Amino acid sequence: MDVVLFLIFAAIAVVCGFNVVVQSHPISSAISLIGVMGSLAVLYLLLGAEFLAAAQVIVYAGAIMVLFVFVIMLLNAGAEIRRGRALLAQVLGIPLLFAFLGLMLYFVQHMFPGARDVHFGGFKHGTALDVGRALFTQYLLPFEVVSVLILIAILGAVVLAQKEME
Amino acid sequence: MNFFLLSLIKAAVVAFVLLTTLAYLQWVERKVIAHIQVRIGPSRVGPHGLMQPLADVIKLITKEDLIPPYVNKFLYLAAPFFAITMALLSISVIPFGAEIHIFGGDTWMQLADLNIGVLFILAVSSMGVYGIALAGWASNNKYALMGGLRSSAQMISYELPLSMAVAAPLLLANTLSLRQIVQHQEGYYLGFIPHWSVFQTPMPQVFSFFIFLIAAFAETNRIPFDLPEAENELVAGYHTEYSSMKFAAFFMAEYSNMVTVCCMTTTLFLGGWLPLWPAAGGSNFVPAIVFLLAGAIALYHGLNPVRRRDGFTLPVVAVVFFLLAVLFLIPALRGALLPLFWFAAKTGTLLFVFIWIRGTLPRFRYDQLMAFAWKFMFPVAVLNLLVTGLMVALFP
Repeated sequence: MDVVLFLIFAAIAVVCGFNVVVQSHPISSAISLIGVMGSLAVLYLLLGAEFLAAAQVIVYAGAIMVLFVFVIMLLNAGAEIRRGRALLAQVLGIPLLFAFLGLMLYFVQHMFPGARDVHFGGFKHGTALDVGRALFTQYLLPFEVVSVLILIAILGAVVLAQKEME
Repeated sequence: MNFFLLSLIKAAVVAFVLLTTLAYLQWVERKVIAHIQVRIGPSRVGPHGLMQPLADVIKLITKEDLIPPYVNKFLYLAAPFFAITMALLSISVIPFGAEIHIFGGDTWMQLADLNIGVLFILAVSSMGVYGIALAGWASNNKYALMGGLRSSAQMISYELPLSMAVAAPLLLANTLSLRQIVQHQEGYYLGFIPHWSVFQTPMPQVFSFFIFLIAAFAETNRIPFDLPEAENELVAGYHTEYSSMKFAAFFMAEYSNMVTVCCMTTTLFLGGWLPLWPAAGGSNFVPAIVFLLAGAIALYHGLNPVRRRDGFTLPVVAVVFFLLAVLFLIPALRGALLPLFWFAAKTGTLLFVFIWIRGTLPRFRYDQLMAFAWKFMFPVAVLNLLVTGLMVALFP
């Protein structure tokens, strides 16, 4: 059951990810990206990380992508015009892609030689309680640093918006 | 009893009750608004217009289902489907009542008790925006696009104070499961003040209750925040180009969101299925008394009819109410019916407030709407969350 669900949603994620690049209209690409986010959330859920799954849907699919769609709609961006591809891209594109994937496989196997298959249900620390505890004990410093970073980003946004008002 | 079979039956019951509520909520809304505006409201189809929802359904199904040219066909067809799916999905984690004994097994009056129940509802409702935004975009119509744009901006903005307002009672309850949130609100101070989140020490959640309610109006696109479909500016907003059942899907999604939000408010702030005062004070007899009184009033007006058919219809209503009252007096059924009554009473009151406000307040202007969200609601919600956190930490 777990494996079947994993295969279904992994396939959806990959197809949607492929679709993001292939589609010519920005809205279609954005919707494919939502599909990727949604199926990733299901994969998290299958692995027992329910808090992460909910956060994935709320933050990525529900907030960031809505903003993307909003901006695309606001700018009323039309379909992308296809121009002829460069000769270099036509010849080297697919071989380079495979070379890159092979390289990645090689590095993963060499850097984590002890890695084994993921067992569904083997991970039991995905609840909100566990995530919260980890954030405020083990990962307190990174957590605080990230919050300061976001604060800087917010201030930057305010400053930029202010300039346009004048 | 087989778990799957039981879940299937529960899902069927909840779906049936929800869809009937949606249909009749619209009747109630039209009646209430009519009386606020000193009209009678629907009165032709059936006694007191009670068959009106049925007539509306027949009308909507038999209307021509038009797909305008130059729309993005896939998204145009997918948008109403998406909206209604997301709207109906979130009811599945709402706890309607306590544990009951049925078919020789124990079960909760709730479809699924997720340990991320609150987050699940937030996630599903945040996905609901796409239905409206994409409908507006795919219609290839300026008014619809404006409606879609407004709705996505509005829903992103009001989701922040909404989530902040939800977080405060969660600090008190210390869980994300909706069932445990209600269980945590059990009990009374001094024997009569309920232990609900709105009254709970160390920090009564009055502010977050009102912030949640106001943000809920915006999230469900109800007056005074119904900018996405402001009819005197945008024709009908995002659903301008939709007809027949596709229009009905948006309509049902809006009402379904309203029901969910009211259920959510009841669960988070008003103690869910718990009674208003303890059983020692006689709260077990409240439903029976309420239905008896309603029956008596209906009977009185039936015996002194004002309109032609009242002499027949109102006594029938009275008999129905008396039967309901008797049902609540049977001790065997009480365990299951009393929680349901309290839950329905609280949710119904909130739904009435939604309708009442629609009959009372005018629409906001768009800049007022945004300024209100960012400059008032959000700071107050954050402040409330901080103070609640401090109080919980100081007086555990």
